[in-house]
This record gives sequence, C-alpha cells and structure tokens, in this order.
Amino acid sequence: MNKSPNNSGHFGLYGGRFVPETLMPAITELDSAYRKARQDAGFKKELNQILKHYVGRPTPLYEAKGLQEAAGHEIRVFLKREDLAHTGAHKINNTIGQVLLAKRMGKTRIIAETGAGQHGVATATAAALMGLKCEVYMGRKDMVRQVMNVFRMELTGAKVIPVLSGTQTLKDAINETIRDWVTNVGDTHYVIGSVVGPHPYPMMVRNFQSVIGRETRRQIRQIAGCLPDVVMACVGGGSNAMGIFYPFIKDQGIRLIGVEAAGKGVETDFHSAPLAVGSPGVLHGAMSYLLQDRWGQIKGAHSLAPGLDYPGVGPEHSVFKDSGRVEYVAVDDEQALEAFRLLSETDGIIPALESAHAVAYLKELAPSLPKGSIVVINLSGRGDKDVATVAELIKERAD
Amino acid sequence: MNRINRMFLQIRKRKEAALIPFITTGDPDIATTEALILEMDRQGADLIELGLPFSDPLADGPTIQASSQRALRHNINAKDLFGLVKKVRKKTDIPLVLMGYYNPLLQYGLSAFAKDAATSGLDGTIVPDLPLEEAKGWMAVAKPQGLANILLVAPNTPADRIRKIARATQGFLYYVSVTGITGTRTELPTELSQGLNGIKQLTNKPVAVGFGISKPAQVSMLSAVTDGIIVGSAIIKLIEAHTIKKGNDLKAGPDLVKKVGEFVGELKKATKTGY
Repeated sequence: MNKSPNNSGHFGLYGGRFVPETLMPAITELDSAYRKARQDAGFKKELNQILKHYVGRPTPLYEAKGLQEAAGHEIRVFLKREDLAHTGAHKINNTIGQVLLAKRMGKTRIIAETGAGQHGVATATAAALMGLKCEVYMGRKDMVRQVMNVFRMELTGAKVIPVLSGTQTLKDAINETIRDWVTNVGDTHYVIGSVVGPHPYPMMVRNFQSVIGRETRRQIRQIAGCLPDVVMACVGGGSNAMGIFYPFIKDQGIRLIGVEAAGKGVETDFHSAPLAVGSPGVLHGAMSYLLQDRWGQIKGAHSLAPGLDYPGVGPEHSVFKDSGRVEYVAVDDEQALEAFRLLSETDGIIPALESAHAVAYLKELAPSLPKGSIVVINLSGRGDKDVATVAELIKERAD
Repeated sequence: MNRINRMFLQIRKRKEAALIPFITTGDPDIATTEALILEMDRQGADLIELGLPFSDPLADGPTIQASSQRALRHNINAKDLFGLVKKVRKKTDIPLVLMGYYNPLLQYGLSAFAKDAATSGLDGTIVPDLPLEEAKGWMAVAKPQGLANILLVAPNTPADRIRKIARATQGFLYYVSVTGITGTRTELPTELSQGLNGIKQLTNKPVAVGFGISKPAQVSMLSAVTDGIIVGSAIIKLIEAHTIKKGNDLKAGPDLVKKVGEFVGELKKATKTGY
C-alpha cells in the first residue's frame, strides 16, 4: 500500500530530507525504528489499545441533518467526529503513535511545535500518559490567541516556550523546534504535528492519521451501504486531510476536496493557500508548495484559524495537486466564520475554525452535486479554543 | 586551480590554519560588507564566507538569524551578492564562498545560479540544508562552472558516512564542532580534537571547523589539529554592537570595520601559534 515515498523519502518531485547534517543520523534512526515498529504486532496492539480506551476511537460518523437541510439540494452530509477524540482534535492520533515510538527508541524528552495549540496539547497529553518530559515551542502571537491551550499544556506537565523570532507563529515555532532538536538530538524526539518536515515524517504522520479514513470507510458502508461521493477536509499542513483522504486515494470515483484558508483573499498578501497560489520550494526539510517571493524568501501566512496559518503544506498534497487526484480550493475568513456559526446552530456542534473551512465549502459545492450524493466532511477539531476569538469578532462588528 | 585549493596548499606549507570569517551580505548594508571583505583580507583572513540572507535559517542561532533579518530589511538577494563579489574581485584574490540555504538557490534556478556565481568570482558554496543525498543536482551544475560545493559533517556522523561525504566534498570538509546551531557555546567540547583526529584519518582533504568558536585561545588550540577555523557569530556580534540606528534604518558605526578588522587580525595571529 505504501510504495510512496521511495526509500530516500521522495514523493515524485516532492518531499526529501533537506536538513542540516547533524539531523541526518536522527531521521535515519527514526525511519528505521518506525519501519521496524510497523512490522511489530506488539506495537500495533499497544497503539490500538490506547486509541480505543484512551483516545476514544472509533470516533462517530454522524449524519448532520441540520447542516444537510441548510445545504439543501437533497444531499446527505456526514461529519467524521474527530472533535470527539480525546483533547478535542485529530492531532492525538499522531502524537500517541509518535510518543509510543519515541519511548521504544529510548528517548526521554519530547519536543513539539504548535500553532493553534491543539498539537501541543495532544503531544503534552501523550507525553504525560507515557511519562516523558515534554517541551512545546509556540509563537508568542499564538500564545496570546490560544491562552486556554497554553494552560492545558502546562496542566499536563509540559513547558511552553514562547517563540519571539520571525513572524512569531507556527513557521517560526517549527524553526525553533528544529534548532532544539539539532542541539539535543541524542535524548530527544521531535513530534512533528503534520504531514510536513523531512522524511520519514510526512509518511509516518500520514500513516498514524489514516485511522480516520479507515474508520470512515467502514462506518459509511455500515450506515449508507456504499462509499461516499465526496470527502472534504481543511488543509493547513494537511494532516487531517491526508488522514481521511489516504484510504480513499485508489477509489478514483470518489472526489477528494482539500480546503485551504484564503484568509482575507488569495489575491491579497494575507492567506494560507500555498496549493492554490504558491509554488514549489524547500521549507522545513521538504520540497513542497510554498508561499514565497521570487527570491525564495518565505512569506508570512494568514488565517483566522491559527492551525491553518502556515506558508507550506505536506509534500504528498503537492503530488495530489499536480496529479489532480485531489481538488484544492480555498475559503476565506468570512466564509469560515459563517460556517462556524451555522454548524453550531444547525446541529449544536461548535467546530474548530480550521474545520469550519471544510464545512464552509459545502455551500459552494452542494448546488453542483447530483441528488442523493453522499458527502463526508472531516470535522477535525472542536471549537472551544476559538470561542473567545469569535466572540470578540462578533462584538467588534456589533459595535 | 581553484582559489580554495591553492590557499589550503599554502596554508599547509606554512604550517598554520586558515582563518575563515563569516559575515552576512548586507548586514547592515552592502557598502559595509564590501569594506569588511577588503579589511578582513588585509588583516590576514584566508577565505571569507558570505552569507546569503534567508527568512528561515534553521541551522543558525539567534545571532546569525538577527543578522539575516537586518540584511533582509534591504531585501538583499542573490543578485546583490553577485554584484558585490564582482566588484571586490577587482581588488582582491581571496577565496570567497557563499553560504546560503537551498530555497533561494532553487528559486533563482540552479543552473543560472551556478553560472552567475562563478562569473561573479565566487569560488564555492556551502548549503547547510543540503545533505549529500539531496546535493547531487546542485553539484552537477556547480562543478562544470568550477564552483566547489563544500559539505558538512557533524560529531554524530557515522564513520562510513564521513568517508562518503569527504569523498564528495570539494575545496574542504566543514566540520560542525558541536552538535547544535551556530554560536551557542562559550567553551569547546574536549572531544573535539579527538573527533578531528578521527576525521583526519578518514580523509586527506582539508578540514575546517566551525560553530561556536569565538576566542583567540580556542583558535590557537584548534590550529594544531585542523586546516581551517570558521568564526561566524563572534564577528556578527561585533558588527551588531557597532551598528547604529538611524531613524528606521541601520547604519555602520564609525568604528565597525576597524573593530572587526582588529578582531580578525588577532584571530589570524592565533592560527600561527598552534604548533
């Protein structure tokens, strides 16, 4: 099933290992430890036990009747409820896998970057569960936007380190975490939170997140008696999208739609849509689509959803864009905000602002779908963390 | 023969180590970089590493990051660097090596970059995020232009891998003296000379040591066991200290070039006392 990437970590033109030499032994060691663990029934069993009894998998596949009615056009809309996974987002699927692996490798210290704080919380949680020391790098701007998640990480025993360099968001948090790893590579494992970074991360994170798509296949067959016509997910780095898409990749008849953040508009300088309007380049260890200027300097990204606020994207998404296997579209801050409120009202589910991007695209898509079409949206996280941001925006507008 | 190879031959004959200062192009401005190259040459520098500023320098510590950011205030790019090299080439024959992250090379176009770099008078490149496996494309276009691509090894690089990298590197082998980012240590690890001796048994090519070297005493100690010593952050800190704010802009203070020159002179002296 996993012929891609090749042994050197290239997905066609994309991916690879563009890292300082100091990290080469570490990522080679990680690659071989991961390959060994994948073949080990004991590892699989332990991982599945934790996913079931601790994370709460399988997460439900819920037919969102309210949203369906709002969309009209007699289609059926299902939500894959990753928001109901422990810690409130899909991020935990990956962090449990990686921290379990790190423990097997004899690492004693876990580091991670975080944007929205969801990956940081999920990493801190996994580290607490398995008794490893944990430090999380977070842009100072994001720490202000996501105060609650900072406190959650601290409660679970992690140290949150503010990143003051560059744009003070996710991109710079990744730079800082890589610098830490380069310096402390002996006892430390870096838990990357998305399908980005040098090989083996994009492959490994994809595989840990694929549990989302595998469950969805099984569940939709049970409920609807067939596979879906459309699967949609938001794309920042792209891990929740890759997780739900990957098990459907070979079903050519199923439309896969990745929704990027258009921020204030893809025609402005304030968006996070590298697949829509970026170009290929190298950032954070891999070749992929990026936001950059003509000299190769990386541009800052923008999205109301901090988890999508990243100028790059996973290398395998770049492959799927070029091949056309996945359609990539973008919705802006306003559309996402509207969907955030809509789903809260129609079905009593407050989505993360990230996931709200995927929900938002339904409005544009629905009119073009044949009657009876089945759409699955990955509801990658819950919106509690965003409530303060949204409340402020609503108040601003009322004033 | 390439200027780098010629320089190391002479250094070995003179039984000293090459002093290799690093500065970021355009920090605080291009005119200062030009003056610094010429002054460091006069003070005995043997090769100069010119940083091409990048927005996300993930192998560098806060000092060089900040330096990159200062240069990027003026949007310094590869064309500016080539123009500068072309200009100073009329006045000096010192080997000049570009140190830059891969993406700016890639966006310029690898072939065009190699051609323009060589034409300007650059002698080589160091690309810290381009390990051997990913470097093949760049080396294939750089080599015909006579550009040396210098590869790095670290203390945690296994012996068989050091051998492979040493075979492929051109000009010299860059040994990262501590596992970590640039400019973060005040003392050198004691294992360093051991590590260097190990490497010297694996290759006959010149080996230069970088990352975390800031004092003449360290240079003196190291020059007994290595062919070259790279000093970056300590020089950048001096530049930073002698840069003055002028409104919203940064300008070289009156003593900047002189102070850096004196420091380089001191370091160079130390490369001769190691034997």
